[in-house]
Amino acid sequence: MALLEVTDLNTRFRTDDGIVKAVSGVSFTVESGETLGVVGESGSGKSVTFLTLMGLVDRRHAEVSGSVRFDGQEILGASGKQLQKIRGRRIGMIFQDPMTSLNPVKKIGWQLEEAVLLHNDVTHDEARRRAIEILKEVEIPKADTRIDDYPHQFSGGMRQRVMIAMALINNPEVLIADEPTTALDVTTQAQILRLMTKLQEEHGMAIVMITHDLGVVAELSDDVLVMYGGRVVEQAEVDDLFTKPEMPYTWGLLGSLPRLDITSARLEQIPGQPPSLLHPPSGCAFNPRCAYAFDRCHEELPELRAGAVGEGHRFRCHLSDDERARIWEAKKASLGAAEGSAA
Amino acid sequence: MIRYLIRRFFWAVWLFFMATFITYVIFFLIPSSPGRITGFGFSVSPVQAAQINSQWHLDVPAYQQYWIFVWNMIRHQSLGYSFQNGASVRWIMAQDARVTGSIVLGGAVLWLLISFPVGVLSALRPRSLFDRAAMVFVLVGIASPPVWLGLILAYLFGFKLGWTPIADYCNFASSAGGECSGPVHWAYHLILPWLTFAFLFAALYVRIIRATLLETASEDYIRTARAKGAPARRVVVRHMLRNSLLPVVTMLGMDIAYVLGNVLFVERVFNLHGLGIEVLSAVHTSDVPVIIGVIVCITLAVIVANFIVDVAYAVLDPRVRLL
Repeated sequence: MALLEVTDLNTRFRTDDGIVKAVSGVSFTVESGETLGVVGESGSGKSVTFLTLMGLVDRRHAEVSGSVRFDGQEILGASGKQLQKIRGRRIGMIFQDPMTSLNPVKKIGWQLEEAVLLHNDVTHDEARRRAIEILKEVEIPKADTRIDDYPHQFSGGMRQRVMIAMALINNPEVLIADEPTTALDVTTQAQILRLMTKLQEEHGMAIVMITHDLGVVAELSDDVLVMYGGRVVEQAEVDDLFTKPEMPYTWGLLGSLPRLDITSARLEQIPGQPPSLLHPPSGCAFNPRCAYAFDRCHEELPELRAGAVGEGHRFRCHLSDDERARIWEAKKASLGAAEGSAA
Repeated sequence: MIRYLIRRFFWAVWLFFMATFITYVIFFLIPSSPGRITGFGFSVSPVQAAQINSQWHLDVPAYQQYWIFVWNMIRHQSLGYSFQNGASVRWIMAQDARVTGSIVLGGAVLWLLISFPVGVLSALRPRSLFDRAAMVFVLVGIASPPVWLGLILAYLFGFKLGWTPIADYCNFASSAGGECSGPVHWAYHLILPWLTFAFLFAALYVRIIRATLLETASEDYIRTARAKGAPARRVVVRHMLRNSLLPVVTMLGMDIAYVLGNVLFVERVFNLHGLGIEVLSAVHTSDVPVIIGVIVCITLAVIVANFIVDVAYAVLDPRVRLL
């Protein structure tokens, strides 16, 4: 049984302009100890999916349906009390911007201790000891004095370490990382990713890595979920996805990835804008930007179907298997040609 | 901190002299003869007027008059004597400041007591029935002039229903056999002035508190607190409230002068002899020592209030350093 099992999750936001379909029919599973990468552009619904399953979307404005089973227990629509026991205790979460994600008027020690005290019946001193311990674990120098500092006294990378410490302080089974490195500079990004890998080995938790950086996905993930327009458009094991992507949006993503081994004048880009979730295009959400779209793509939403590899690799596309194979071979050849000229 | 206090002190001294000096210059430029207001009226003869002027040192140039004022203040702790009735300005100020202070402090407590719960509740349930009702209260509060409001309250509760007195001030300290003294009578007589005074500011602050709370609610660290598993009430009390107090404290500091301007209407309606009424009658009669006295009181109040606000700000927000 999977640790986290999401089936047909839908999130709709009621706004003054109409209903925004932020997440539509999303299903996936996370096994304990594995890493799931979730990629997509801004507004593809990847963050909202996980905020929804954590119960962190505003229920007054959002309609949620589907099923989220965590460790066999249904948590979608669970009471506030039940969710509070899971949040921060069994599922930890870190966010994109470490500069604004910590309370500016509280010492980080207070914020870490709060996470301990909310879920464990321990004394203040024990909570503090645990806080210092976890700060050392995320490699913050002089942890026993820095614990009495305020967030503004830390750099961005250090704050993200504090965020990770706070999420891991109760040894959760799942860590949801919502673009944890996006706001950091490149060297700090590498440090944070290395730290997360190390902590995963030590704590054995599952990680959901939400990102728009395919490099991060390639490095860390076991499975990958590609999201577009609030839907899953392709899901596969990481090697399958990178060696044989099955649909045009993923091709575009891979083509726009800068690579050191290929000298090309300019990166490929996906033309157009991400779709409006208020008035999504009919049929396949990607059809206005797709170079291979035909009539059927404008009329009918493609099902998430399995490809040649089997159930482990699913995607949404109306193109026939032969056509997709032909187009991908051609794309690979053009990348290869560039590779050849570079060599 | 020491550097801050020293800077603040020099700033206060500078402000004090600027305010009093400018007032002196203004009333020197306005043609007036104190002889007329000391009981002789328009029948004052030139000889008498010259006598009076020389007695009050009004026949010397303005800068010398100002110097005499400063000297008396520093050497004798005296603010001079009223042209109108010869009473010590320091004594007048002590009487009036008690009245005005009672209205402002009591009113401020009342207005914060109203605006905090209302603001917090409407922020927690935006667009709810309660929120909309609070918005009506806010609009009425901002739109109604304090004089009108005071008269309506006095008419309704004082005259029609007879629940409260409609005028006059009673001393806080009880005096022997006094019908009108002691804390109970003091508060009883001040209920309507407090309500009138609090209404406008409560309305303004409900809006500010609601807006800052709503803004704070969408901050990333509030999401972090919820992701930690903190219950909703704890998120509001421990994470939101202190952060949203900052703009409110800033507003309070800026509003002090506005508050002291507004208190005049309340004093007028309820016949309370405070600083506002005092300065109004002093301006009509060019009673410069009294006007200066009021300016001194208000300058001091603003300086002290700003100091308290600065310290409160530094206490609330660890990122603020008093330099």
